[in-house]
Amino acid sequence: MLMGASVLALTDVSKSFGPIEVLHNINLSLQAGEVHALIGENGAGKSTTMKILAGYQRASSGSLILDGEPTIFDSLHDGESAGVVMIHQEFNLAEQLTVEQNIFLGRELKKGPLLDKSRMRALTREYLDRVKCNIDPDALISSLSNSDKQMVEIAKALSREARILIMDEPTAVLTGRETEVLFEQVRALKAQGTAILFTSHKLDEVASITDQVTIMRDGRVVHSGPTEAINEDSMATAMVGREVSDLYPPKPGVDADAPVVLSVTDLSVPRYAQHISFDLKKGEILGIGGLIGSGRTEVMEGLCGLRRASCDSVTLFGEKVQIKTPGDAQTRGLCYLTEDRKLRGLLLNWGMRENLTLQTLYKYGAKFIDKRAEDAALTTAIDEFDIRAGDRDVRVGNLSGGNQQKLLLAKVMLSEPRILIVDEPTRGIDIGTKQQIYIFLRKLAAKGFSIIMISSEMPELIGLADRVLVMRLGKMNAALQADEITEDAIVRLSMGLGATSHTSTATTSSVRS
Amino acid sequence: MAVLGPLLALIALVVIGALMNSNFLGAANITNVLARSAFIGIIAVGMTFVITAGGLDLSVGSMAAFIAGLMILVMNAALPYMGVGVPIILLGMVVALFAGMCAGLLNGFLITTLGIEAFIVTLGSMGIYRSLVTWLADGGTLSLDFTLRTFYRPVYFDGILGVSWPIIVFALVVIIGEIVMSRSIFGRHCAATGSNEHVAHYSNVNVNRTRLLTYAALGMLVGIATIMYVPRLGSASASTGVLWELEAIAAVIIGGTVLKGGFGRVWGTVIGVLILSLIDNILNLTDFVSPYLNGAIQGIIIILAVILQRERKTAN
Repeated sequence: MLMGASVLALTDVSKSFGPIEVLHNINLSLQAGEVHALIGENGAGKSTTMKILAGYQRASSGSLILDGEPTIFDSLHDGESAGVVMIHQEFNLAEQLTVEQNIFLGRELKKGPLLDKSRMRALTREYLDRVKCNIDPDALISSLSNSDKQMVEIAKALSREARILIMDEPTAVLTGRETEVLFEQVRALKAQGTAILFTSHKLDEVASITDQVTIMRDGRVVHSGPTEAINEDSMATAMVGREVSDLYPPKPGVDADAPVVLSVTDLSVPRYAQHISFDLKKGEILGIGGLIGSGRTEVMEGLCGLRRASCDSVTLFGEKVQIKTPGDAQTRGLCYLTEDRKLRGLLLNWGMRENLTLQTLYKYGAKFIDKRAEDAALTTAIDEFDIRAGDRDVRVGNLSGGNQQKLLLAKVMLSEPRILIVDEPTRGIDIGTKQQIYIFLRKLAAKGFSIIMISSEMPELIGLADRVLVMRLGKMNAALQADEITEDAIVRLSMGLGATSHTSTATTSSVRS
Repeated sequence: MAVLGPLLALIALVVIGALMNSNFLGAANITNVLARSAFIGIIAVGMTFVITAGGLDLSVGSMAAFIAGLMILVMNAALPYMGVGVPIILLGMVVALFAGMCAGLLNGFLITTLGIEAFIVTLGSMGIYRSLVTWLADGGTLSLDFTLRTFYRPVYFDGILGVSWPIIVFALVVIIGEIVMSRSIFGRHCAATGSNEHVAHYSNVNVNRTRLLTYAALGMLVGIATIMYVPRLGSASASTGVLWELEAIAAVIIGGTVLKGGFGRVWGTVIGVLILSLIDNILNLTDFVSPYLNGAIQGIIIILAVILQRERKTAN
């Protein structure tokens, strides 16, 4: 590693949250005048790494080297004064303020006791011109498109004279042309000697603009080197390539003549997904892969009446149905388990009993609630789902993630779904609970229920799903059957590459239109 | 402590009152305090549901004035045809209940279906009803016909076994409200909606319908309160029901219901109403503190109640 030219580097950095170590001995070096890509699957540790570089979080061990000297950023303010600026994927802009007010937020220029508006406006214009953005400095942020917001973020970074610019998926919200404008700016900044680090899921971009690439997997750096020395295929292979352990129960396979229980044609969710069609068979676990933000969650929420959607037809158990509200879905035996247990799944300041029965209160008395029946239901659920809470009256917010997830599963199962849609069923929970949930889902399928599982974890899709559909940019691209379900194929489809690295065999994946 | 806080405060007030004036615990005074509390109390029970479900209604005071005015106009207009008797009183009551329900549904519709902030909607309707009653009364006072007023008076002043009607109705509303809040599915749905409307939505709770119903129920309770109020003075004017909304909200908060929703208790609201009335009553009966300072003392109590709520939260 060329330590001499390094402006900001991590050496042997590890990071733990509680007892769980999420980063293991990371080494990364950013050099002046170089564009560095950090790639990896969701959850590989990219965000944490960037946050440590920018001073949002501190490393548990190892050191942060600024201009060759070990340093400690106590806050992101320390990071900014050292010239490190991070642009988040969710913009860090005040929506109700103007472009100019945002760019100078916290460091407003003054003339005596008053704001020096004319100078701030002139400077704002100058920064915006540098990023070739011709929006009005007086425009409200809320009136701007996503790409303009991105440009404002970059103008803001320019105004802070960033020496090191860290961008979390800057192109995720940009169109091709906007991406080009952004990259022109990146090249200009690079020519001025700025060190740039960015993450992207678009490997072609990585290949075209970066000088160095670092690949992470499971909290470790698995590859680091010049971009020209590695091609897109090898990048994808390095990002995946884990062994699927025996965490998963055996797959018995779905009968070829099993009846189709759910058939969806041309489902569209405005702004998120278009023309989604798929079938689900009895006893099948159907995996839905794709990147976060590809519209997976929105499609399933639209199907279950949780958000506005339009649909050609939905056939449920052989009957054409219209699902307008979550109530319609529930009474027909279709139930969605949210990915966000803390904000959408459970009332954190309530107890377990009230949470468990909230979705099915009608079962516990016609008008008045029979609290003894609720208590009995909780006893059964604790037993059946192995919920480990010291005290029955504990507030749900104090349970561990795994126990919260089991409680949420118990709550949803009380509505007796015949088709269960689980969204990221094992996000943020420990491996033991994961295994319990996998076994539970497989048993449910064996009993003749059908399951749709949205997941960002490749091993989970491979280990559990009988069939995998991959979504990308609001479209459902392809179905992978039994042996075709590999990390490689899922990653490629998520990234918009062909299903296999050899174009000659690309036809083996059946593509629905 | 936080559970018993309002109750202890109420007991303290009763003790202070009894020590300061020997008439305080007399039947006449107690009846007087309770009957005067009944209007705000009936409305505050409805307000407890609205606030628990994460809403707010600032329009109840002017809504009461408007309903009173409407009720008087309708009854006066019907008098030549129906004559004095029970049917015309029933007509007035039906008008009050129906108008209250419509007003509540309108607030609820604007807030839920159109998704406008409750504060804005009810601030607007507060102005509208206040102005409408002023217009109906042409800037003066709408009075119930004298013969009708004499016939209707007992609804405020009489009762069963010495307990006046407003107190009986208030007690019934409280009992039903408490049962609905703590034992019914609707009560639990209100609390879930106010606690986190996303969780409620994903748990198949019809968030909009729950909120709409709380506003409609509050509107009907305003109608009931007006039915009890009109026979007391037999008139309505631009100054009828002024600041009732703030007294009702204050009573709800003092009683331990959380202003931003998610937790409510009707019995607490009753205690809140009684605390506010007793402060007023004690200041009137004693000359220790000027009754003109009533508002200041109530203000201090409200702020103290919220501080106590926060202490409980940090203790958790």
